[in-house]
Amino acid sequence: MGELFRSEEMTLAQLFLQSEAAYCCVSELGELGMVQFRDLNPDVNVFQRKFVNEVRRCEEMDRKLRFVEKEIKKASISQVDTGENPEVPFPRDMIDLEATFEKLENELKEINTNQEALKKNFLELTELKHILRRTQQFFDEMEDPNLLEESSSLMEGNEVGRGAPLRLGFVAGVISRERIPTFERMLWRVCRGNVFLRQADIEDPLEDPATGDQVHKSVFIIFFQGDQLKNRVKKICEGFRASLYPCPETPMERKEMLAGVNTRIDDLQMVLNQTEDHRQRVLQAASKTMRVWFIKVRKMKAIYHTLNLCNIDVTQKCLIAEVWCPVSDLDSIQFALRRGTERSGSTVPSILNRMLTKQTPPTFNKTNKFTSGFQNIVDAYGIGNYREINPAPYTIITFPFLFAVMFGDMGHGLLMTSLALYLVIRESRLLSQKSDNEIFNMVFAGRYIILLMGLFSIYTGLIYNDCFSKSLNMFGSGWSVRPMFINKGGNWTFGTLGENALLQLDPAVPGVFNGPYPLGIDPIWNIATNKLTFLNSFKMKMSIILGVTHMLFGVSLSLFNHLYFKKPLNIFLGFIPEIVFMSSLFGYLVLLVFYKWTAYDVFSSKDAPSLLIHFINMCLFNYNDPTNKPLYRGQMGIQILLVLIALACVPCMLIAKTLVLRRQHLWKAKLALKRAEAAAESLAQPPLEQTGASSSVSGLTQQGTQKFGGVRVGNGPTEDEAGIVDHDQLSQHSEDGDEHAEEEPFDFGDVAVHQAIHTIEYCLGCISNTASYLRLWALSLAHAQLSEVLWTMVMHLGLASSSGGGFFALTIIFAAFAVLTVCILLIMEGLSAFLHALRLHWVEFQNKFYCGQGFKFVPFSFESILEGRFDE
Amino acid sequence: MPSLLFCGPKMAACGIVISIWGVIMLGMLGIFFSAKSAVLIEDVPFTEEDIRNDKFPPQAIYSLYNQVGINCFIAAAVYVAVGAVSLCQVRLNKRQEYMVT
Repeated sequence: MGELFRSEEMTLAQLFLQSEAAYCCVSELGELGMVQFRDLNPDVNVFQRKFVNEVRRCEEMDRKLRFVEKEIKKASISQVDTGENPEVPFPRDMIDLEATFEKLENELKEINTNQEALKKNFLELTELKHILRRTQQFFDEMEDPNLLEESSSLMEGNEVGRGAPLRLGFVAGVISRERIPTFERMLWRVCRGNVFLRQADIEDPLEDPATGDQVHKSVFIIFFQGDQLKNRVKKICEGFRASLYPCPETPMERKEMLAGVNTRIDDLQMVLNQTEDHRQRVLQAASKTMRVWFIKVRKMKAIYHTLNLCNIDVTQKCLIAEVWCPVSDLDSIQFALRRGTERSGSTVPSILNRMLTKQTPPTFNKTNKFTSGFQNIVDAYGIGNYREINPAPYTIITFPFLFAVMFGDMGHGLLMTSLALYLVIRESRLLSQKSDNEIFNMVFAGRYIILLMGLFSIYTGLIYNDCFSKSLNMFGSGWSVRPMFINKGGNWTFGTLGENALLQLDPAVPGVFNGPYPLGIDPIWNIATNKLTFLNSFKMKMSIILGVTHMLFGVSLSLFNHLYFKKPLNIFLGFIPEIVFMSSLFGYLVLLVFYKWTAYDVFSSKDAPSLLIHFINMCLFNYNDPTNKPLYRGQMGIQILLVLIALACVPCMLIAKTLVLRRQHLWKAKLALKRAEAAAESLAQPPLEQTGASSSVSGLTQQGTQKFGGVRVGNGPTEDEAGIVDHDQLSQHSEDGDEHAEEEPFDFGDVAVHQAIHTIEYCLGCISNTASYLRLWALSLAHAQLSEVLWTMVMHLGLASSSGGGFFALTIIFAAFAVLTVCILLIMEGLSAFLHALRLHWVEFQNKFYCGQGFKFVPFSFESILEGRFDE
Repeated sequence: MPSLLFCGPKMAACGIVISIWGVIMLGMLGIFFSAKSAVLIEDVPFTEEDIRNDKFPPQAIYSLYNQVGINCFIAAAVYVAVGAVSLCQVRLNKRQEYMVT
């Protein structure tokens, strides 16, 4: 249980990895995911590190795999995700993998170039085929005797031209359809109308071999006379990127050519189909192992990247890594190291050596799927300091509860619960589907939070007695109208009912009020017109009570922090004045609320004083207000005493702590001076105890380990205990830079200002934070009002129709009601209540005890690397 | 055979959810209206005359209550039908998924 309330105990450790076993050991550690490697050569350039070559090779493999994956996606072949987690390949298998990928990539590239060339060829042939077919039509039309007749009749007058028919040249080609209008205009302008253009669309789109797009094209044929025009026309065609094809002049030749082209197209089609088949087969085969390959390569890359962080010993015999790891997992880390050593076949074990350090360790909170959502809420504000009280366990209950106070409605809570239940029950199936939808993933990650929020909303809805803004009368209302008609009571008659639109029940009349409703609010209030007056008073007081309790709880948690970090000064001059200040002012207010609830009954409630005025007067020492009667006897004395106590707490926090700190500092300085003098005196004598200690350490070293190039190395798998002895000489080198932070110089002005700010913040914060908790009332009021408006504006319309066909309107209006309820009340209001609950936790609760200035433990783990969460 | 499939998987799921909710909520409302729940008086379409010209005082209001209650039950039945259709659609969608893959 202890680990839930504080972060894990961490330790800095050194790993001595034999160079032949290092790779396997790091891979085992990556599978375990429990250690965070520190960079031991931060000043070394990335390109100067030892394994840069291997990292580069892995990246090259990654690039090849990505190329193949792109091709697979283009061919729309689905990749299977078997969820398999392949082991890391040995370094010697890297060459095999590289060769496989190289072969695959080359094969694909070759296929692609071949296919492109073939397709280009195919396109040209198809275009030629279309040209031959279309131009045949044009020529047929030209030789049509009717047309010829017509033209000859037109040209009757011109006898000269008749004898020798004009030798018309022509050019035929294909152009993309959208270029036709400009092409035509250009031809007309440049050739001054002396050319004749015929064009026809090709119905089916052709495939562009370079881009793979479908393009629509048209066949055209241009008739002209003379070489000069021919040149011009050709130039224009070139400019418009039209492809020209030779077209024989006689029909016979054309027919022959068409036949030839057709057979060639058929052949080419067959070749193309075979190429495509081959390509599909290659990609299919690749897609099966694609995922495994990716994982292997990524893992290898991660291992080499990690090895680059290690220090290389002078003898080149082993790698030295420094890691942060949780103390509770040291055994499993040892075990992983041993497994790694065995896998690599090395006989010399790798050693884990705990180190003492003054550095602050990273914060690591172990979570499971239930607590991780809540831990994320806390972490979003700030990662806790090392071993600080973790607010997450309390948040698990308080967060959904405060949310539900603002979201109290049974119906809405039920809907929310069923959604969350669906997500929780289908958890494993939804997890395996791996949706890309960001919003869905966010909701899915918070499914347990939503579940608890829904359950708590049902509970608060039960207390507010609200279900879609209607009340449930489960136990029978405590109010009765009948006694009002009795003579002794209200003396109501039927006449009174007829005359008045609104009547008020008098609880003082015996029998009208028969005691409170067993659970929550009496359903009669749902149809009362003064419902809001009643509920507002109740909810405001409730929010103050909840808020003060929540804050007092937060302040008491700070006690455990002070106890754990052994700061008695903070307890006596920090925690105690803080909690006394808060409880003597606001704790007293809460007591007054309860007192007022119990002390006044139906008969005396007319004289009930206002608590707010009382509280203000208490702080102003004003007790002469005739309109506000005292609540109890001796109130003045108690209140004056409480205010004075609260005021006395302020200087305790403000000045006393600073002064004591200063005193302690001066004391220490004096002591240090004395010790220095004493040391100077005893310099002549040899320090006896110290030599004894060092000899025992060296004895231990010689017992099971031997010196190996300045590094202690164990020589048997049972030497783990020896490995964890203590500080090692070698660890000194990396810590030279870290130890200067040991003793901060005491700056009186700094401490005083800091303490003053803290005190002012706390005292003013008590007031403003208490007021801030009134948002619980405000939001719950808003939610209740909004759902009531939705009922009267929408659902009421559907219900209030007396005709027989009303069910039809009801059906449709219910659908609208349902959609609006989900959109406005569940999503919009839910989000707003969520945000306010978040704020109440971050600001009002956590600032009482939580620093949140630590840094997160980011273990080296394959799992997170493969999910892409961790970017190197 | 012409396909009876006319809405996608999401639409069908939405239909199922809304019809489950509708059946439960409208059914409950129907019961409460038939039981003449006082809280629901605001949703009963009565007029001034209904109260004044009532021979046996609450009967006119009660019959209105029953009327609204019956409307609720019918609407609930409609949602049962909607739910059944949505369920069929989900089945059809699933079958089509199998056929494609």
